[in-house]
Amino acid sequence: MANVSIRKIHKHYADFHAVKGVSLEIKDKEFVVLVGPSGCGKTTTLRMVAGLESITEGDILIGNTVVNNLPPMDRDIAMVFQNYALYPHMSVFDNMAFGLKMRKFDKAEIKKRVDNAADILGITDHLTRKPRMLSGGQRQRVALGRAIVRNPQVFLFDEPLSNLDAKLRVQMRVEIKKLHQRLSTTSIYVTHDQIEAMTLGDRVVVMKDGLIQQVGEPLELYNTPANKYVAGFIGSPAMNFANVTIKTENGAVWAESPAMRIRAPERLAARLAAHDGKPAVIGIRPEDLLMANGTSPELTFTAGVEVAEQLGSEILLDLKVGTGAMVASVEPTVRVKPGEAIQLTMNPERMHFFDAKTEAAI
Amino acid sequence: MVATAVQTVPAPHTPEPRWRPLENEGWLALVLLLPTLVLLGLFIAYPFVRGILLSVSSSRVGVPGEWVGFANFTRLLSDPIFYMVVRNTVWYTFITTIFKLALGLWLALLLNRNFRFKAFTRAFILLPFIIPTVLSTFAWKWMFDPTFSVLNWFIMKMCQWKVSFFGLFGIEPATSCVVQAQFNWLGDADLAMWAIIIVNIWRGVPFFAISLLAGLQTISPDLAEAAAIDGAKPLQRFWYITWPLLLPVTMVVVLFSVIQTFADFQIVYVMTGGGPANATHLFATYAYQMGVGTGLLSQGAAISLAMFPILFGIVIVQLLYIRRVETR
Repeated sequence: MANVSIRKIHKHYADFHAVKGVSLEIKDKEFVVLVGPSGCGKTTTLRMVAGLESITEGDILIGNTVVNNLPPMDRDIAMVFQNYALYPHMSVFDNMAFGLKMRKFDKAEIKKRVDNAADILGITDHLTRKPRMLSGGQRQRVALGRAIVRNPQVFLFDEPLSNLDAKLRVQMRVEIKKLHQRLSTTSIYVTHDQIEAMTLGDRVVVMKDGLIQQVGEPLELYNTPANKYVAGFIGSPAMNFANVTIKTENGAVWAESPAMRIRAPERLAARLAAHDGKPAVIGIRPEDLLMANGTSPELTFTAGVEVAEQLGSEILLDLKVGTGAMVASVEPTVRVKPGEAIQLTMNPERMHFFDAKTEAAI
Repeated sequence: MVATAVQTVPAPHTPEPRWRPLENEGWLALVLLLPTLVLLGLFIAYPFVRGILLSVSSSRVGVPGEWVGFANFTRLLSDPIFYMVVRNTVWYTFITTIFKLALGLWLALLLNRNFRFKAFTRAFILLPFIIPTVLSTFAWKWMFDPTFSVLNWFIMKMCQWKVSFFGLFGIEPATSCVVQAQFNWLGDADLAMWAIIIVNIWRGVPFFAISLLAGLQTISPDLAEAAAIDGAKPLQRFWYITWPLLLPVTMVVVLFSVIQTFADFQIVYVMTGGGPANATHLFATYAYQMGVGTGLLSQGAAISLAMFPILFGIVIVQLLYIRRVETR
């Protein structure tokens, strides 16, 4: 096991700058998730760690070794691919044993390790089968098995669950988490699914356009996003945004738009005062919008209900606020009808403000 | 109280299905197969049956002939040229297939990489395959000409450079370069065989290269990457991953090539006409010479039919092997 250190790495393709100076310190035994939309550079970064992609600039260290010029096999890593990449002509046993055979382990040791990994993953009954005789979930288990038999320093996961159906994905997610708790191998996991990122990662790295937007523990990203992009990317349903203008009156700071006039909380007042008269973006998560009870008119605004989605544990209200749209998640006991106008209150503790131009959190 | 009233419900309207013969699988199959059946019947089955009938008669040009049973075949068994033809054909097929496979695989592996002008190169590689065989074979024939050919000229030039190089050290050659470079390519029995083998390889490699390239492209690059991470070196990646996955395609390509080469006619006919002294005759050229050249139609038919059981055996063995490889 080892720490991984990524230092200002760049990746240029012919005329495309895919990764723009990414730096990341991954501690020993840590599970770090790289998350972002397609083309954000997360997979390229992972492939550079694996040695499948050359590094244009910068250094990658595994343990204390600069691995920039080492071929994949000398980096002591194992990778799980999106489409499993199982050798179709080999049995499950041979798939898992291949890496050990290439490294000239003796037969008894190979058998011991493969049997052990198969036992952990519950695929002992399938060892003699070919990959095509297995279901998607079983194949992914074999791919995991192939990674763990070698007992490498680092596991790399390249969107390993995206070929599975929704139910299986949740199940495998839990298994990967368990596996990491059991083996404690340093892991880097790439996904575009923010729920996977939040549930699996000790720390989550949000990337966009080849740059890191924010690094932090899952709840840190959720509660204090560094910018509007992270705020919108993390959380489902996504955070609501509304364009407002900041106004200071008698020591109080107000966020105003044609559809609402909301008083900013004290904790943000000083910082927001600097934006007096300027446009900003107010951000509030669906669960932080509450049905108004008349106690705080300075935090209340009117919205028109367009659709009410009953989920059982909550109701999602698709709302029209002025010219914009919002989503509120309210108690299942609330009774509203489409077309009705309702009063909603923002939770002042959970309000976010972003600079309209830079989109950085205020 | 339970209502027991029975009402007469009007029968639901059930329209008769329209007669759509092509919706019926049996009819559709017949319609789809008909053009193929007609073509195969006219151009394969009919000549084949005619060939069999000819081979058991004593037809010659202008003589309808009569039933002679297997006399034509038994005569072949005592024909020394026929034995030579069998040897030639087997050797020719064996050697060219091995070279075509090796060179084609090598080219396919190269073309499967990313490089500039990839599309152009791939198209360029196909040239020998696209040019009509008779035309390109004529070009080869000129290249093998003993007096005026580029090959002998090239050998002479090499010789002259060697002589002038050794001349620097005062070493004189035993024979002159003009004499040394007089290879009679198509007039010498051994050289002529090698000449037609070379032309066949040159013409057949693109087929192997392009087919194997298509096979290579169906192999996910992830597998090679996974193997690289698993610690396999390039040669091991080829041997343990690429080759086994390419094997079914390879076997089909080899099968096609063997059938084509075994019954080859054009190259030999243009280059040597089977000569010198029958040294390069294959089944097809010998059958043609007997049947059409000499006019012994029945004898020619017997020769070309003699090819059938051998080829049939080879094809069966290969098909069985392909089936085993594919169901692994």
